[in-house]
Amino acid sequence: MAHDPSQPLDVDALREEFLNVVFDEYELTLEADMLADYAKSCGEIAPKYTDPNDSDFQAPPTIASSFQPKQRYPDGFPTFKGLGMDAGKSVAPARPMRPGIPISAKTHMHDIYTKSGRSGRMVFFVNRMEFTDPDGTFLGSADTSIVIREKPQE
Amino acid sequence: MTIKNVSEVEFGVELPAFVPDTTLDNVKRFAIAAGWNAPRFTDHEAARKEGLPGALVPGIMSQGFLSAMIHHWAPSAEVRLVDTVFRAPCIVDQTYNINGVVTDINEDTGEVEIDLTVTNEAAETRVFGTAKVIIPT
Repeated sequence: MAHDPSQPLDVDALREEFLNVVFDEYELTLEADMLADYAKSCGEIAPKYTDPNDSDFQAPPTIASSFQPKQRYPDGFPTFKGLGMDAGKSVAPARPMRPGIPISAKTHMHDIYTKSGRSGRMVFFVNRMEFTDPDGTFLGSADTSIVIREKPQE
Repeated sequence: MTIKNVSEVEFGVELPAFVPDTTLDNVKRFAIAAGWNAPRFTDHEAARKEGLPGALVPGIMSQGFLSAMIHHWAPSAEVRLVDTVFRAPCIVDQTYNINGVVTDINEDTGEVEIDLTVTNEAAETRVFGTAKVIIPT
């Protein structure tokens, strides 16, 4: 359903329909060499991030920000003219992610909120990916915020 | 001096600034490792054709720089949160400073809060945010 840009979004209705419903799920497995390259290119120097032979080798803490859902929005979510802008990313690691261990990634819309200014209202959509290992242990989460600017209402 | 224990952390202290490697080769290496190997990150000309001022340092790489800065300062710190806002793009092959300031300390739990910024040579903030880390008590 395409959103009519002349009309303000009904944020309460969107929250009611879409918040906290998982709309994307898949499994991923990390490779040791790629994790070491990721860490070294960011400037990490500790062997537990840079040396796959280290006994405590693990992904750098912000790795989950690089994962993306296969589907960007829930089914039936309004589409918007133009692209939303990336308003920020937040990553909250809880336990180390390690290579070779399957990770389940589930995405839901965590929040929808607005901010108003002189140039009109901005609507923020926050998608949250949550990660668990095969035992169901929570490994962390990563939020992506997208902002859409509405036209000022006459 | 590197931090080993939360009792060594002082409120308001600035973390040692870190100048990350934003060369095209290093950003390409990151982009491949992250699975973000798009021309806008790895090719200045292709990025300009998209209307960008040059190839972009991915925002998620900036998060990695911020985390690395924290580990240089406190090698045993466990990063629990990196929350960032990408205010303006960081461009490949330009120089940036990665900065942090301690804004809260809980000596009982070891939790330390750090304000983060990525600034360019004109001292303009391109990325800002907050980190929460756990440092041994």
